[in-house]
Amino acid sequence: MFGREHTDREYEHELLQLREQLLVMGSHVESIIGDSINALLGRDTPLAERTIAADRTVNRMEVELDGLCLQILARRQPVASDLRFITLVLKVVTDLERIADLGVNICERVLELNAEPQLKPYVDIPRMGTEVQSMLRDVLDAFVAKDADRARKIIDRDQVVDALYAQVFRELLTFMMESAHNVYRATRLQSIAKYLERMADHTTNLAEMVIFMVDGEDVRHLTSRDDLETSDPRHGRN
Amino acid sequence: MNTQAALATDKEILGSVRVQGLVVYYGDKRALGPVDMMIPGKQVTALIGPSGCGKSTFLRSLNRMNEMVIGCRVEGDVRLNDEPIYGSGVDAVAVRRRIGMVFQKSNPFPKSIFDNVAYGLRIGGLTDRSELGGRVEQALKHSALWEEVKDRLHESALGLSGGQQQRLCIARALAVAPDVILMDEPASALDPIATAHIEELIHELARDYTVVIVTHNMQQAARVSHNTAFFYMGDLIEFDRTESIFTKPKQPKTEDYITGRFG
Repeated sequence: MFGREHTDREYEHELLQLREQLLVMGSHVESIIGDSINALLGRDTPLAERTIAADRTVNRMEVELDGLCLQILARRQPVASDLRFITLVLKVVTDLERIADLGVNICERVLELNAEPQLKPYVDIPRMGTEVQSMLRDVLDAFVAKDADRARKIIDRDQVVDALYAQVFRELLTFMMESAHNVYRATRLQSIAKYLERMADHTTNLAEMVIFMVDGEDVRHLTSRDDLETSDPRHGRN
Repeated sequence: MNTQAALATDKEILGSVRVQGLVVYYGDKRALGPVDMMIPGKQVTALIGPSGCGKSTFLRSLNRMNEMVIGCRVEGDVRLNDEPIYGSGVDAVAVRRRIGMVFQKSNPFPKSIFDNVAYGLRIGGLTDRSELGGRVEQALKHSALWEEVKDRLHESALGLSGGQQQRLCIARALAVAPDVILMDEPASALDPIATAHIEELIHELARDYTVVIVTHNMQQAARVSHNTAFFYMGDLIEFDRTESIFTKPKQPKTEDYITGRFG
């Protein structure tokens, strides 16, 4: 019967443009996560500084994408799946920008740590970083593929990151109790782990939004994650 | 595929219109149906769809206006408050009094404003002048026209603006105390301000009347209606609460049409 493309080609183009720019922004943020962990592992000050500067690109893209969404809302009065897509982009952009900010926070801690000898080998923090990066990549793939099931799997993986954070926290606590000399570095590392845990939370938000875009089903605040948080005060979401 | 939405409750049965197995033929050609629909009372239901989809044919079936068309044949059942409107024992004129209609091009009679509104009442046998005056005033108030015309009721209706004439036609329909008001693209000939007044009026009318409106303007359907029915090529494709149709329609054809994917 009808084609799957908008009859108004310019409208179709605007939506495609929006989608592409969102994916570009997503890949910038993915890089920031990876680079911040690499800066930590390699005690790489120049990389940490470059990564902090890269955040400016992400901020600029947030403003541009918000502007594009506003224009489409005003001029096209989108409905149904188009409406869900546009309102989703507005929210996704905010979460992506937050994730990038957390990457900057990691780099700031790295700069502080690089002024001191390394406290311990890093095992769990890089694992958290890898998991978060992969969750973000998968959520962007789910978004492109309009795959709500793939998005649902990402929500479950947040628990893995939470468990790793608990482990890191416990371990760093023992270091701090061993010697006051360790406290400065341990608290910086604990902050980094916390930032990664928050990144995972933001990525989970993105997954919920993809489900809403695809299925029209609002699954926010329904998952068992919320029960976990009330029982363990260390997992409080900001 | 279940196109019947359970949108009516016992409370809403007053003014509800139940359509079952409705089929309309123009000669040998099936123009519409079969359609099953439960139109809830005292709500606004919008009928949308591309040209030739059957929405106006459907609308006209609700008050037997299709009988004015030569060669038109209607099958199936339409009931107002559970009373059938078709059938050998049913008076079509009485049906059209209870299920009134307003058209795209307003058609005031070449008479005074007062006589336009009083026409249906006089035809129905009402002669008492004070009661006529009262009913005319009430109808003009209900159609949000009273304040603008109260001092010139005996001037010609043809001197009114387009938007005022349309509201006059609504008043004319309201004067005979209908249960249902059918509107076929009531605002498509009007400018944005007049349109906004009509839409505001539709919103108020739904407190007391069942309103069914055909519109090719989807944003208007989204603004004014509680329920929306999407027709395509003579079939009812989907019928649901308006907010559902415009945020997450169930049928791909509905989704394609309302988002502008016409192919």
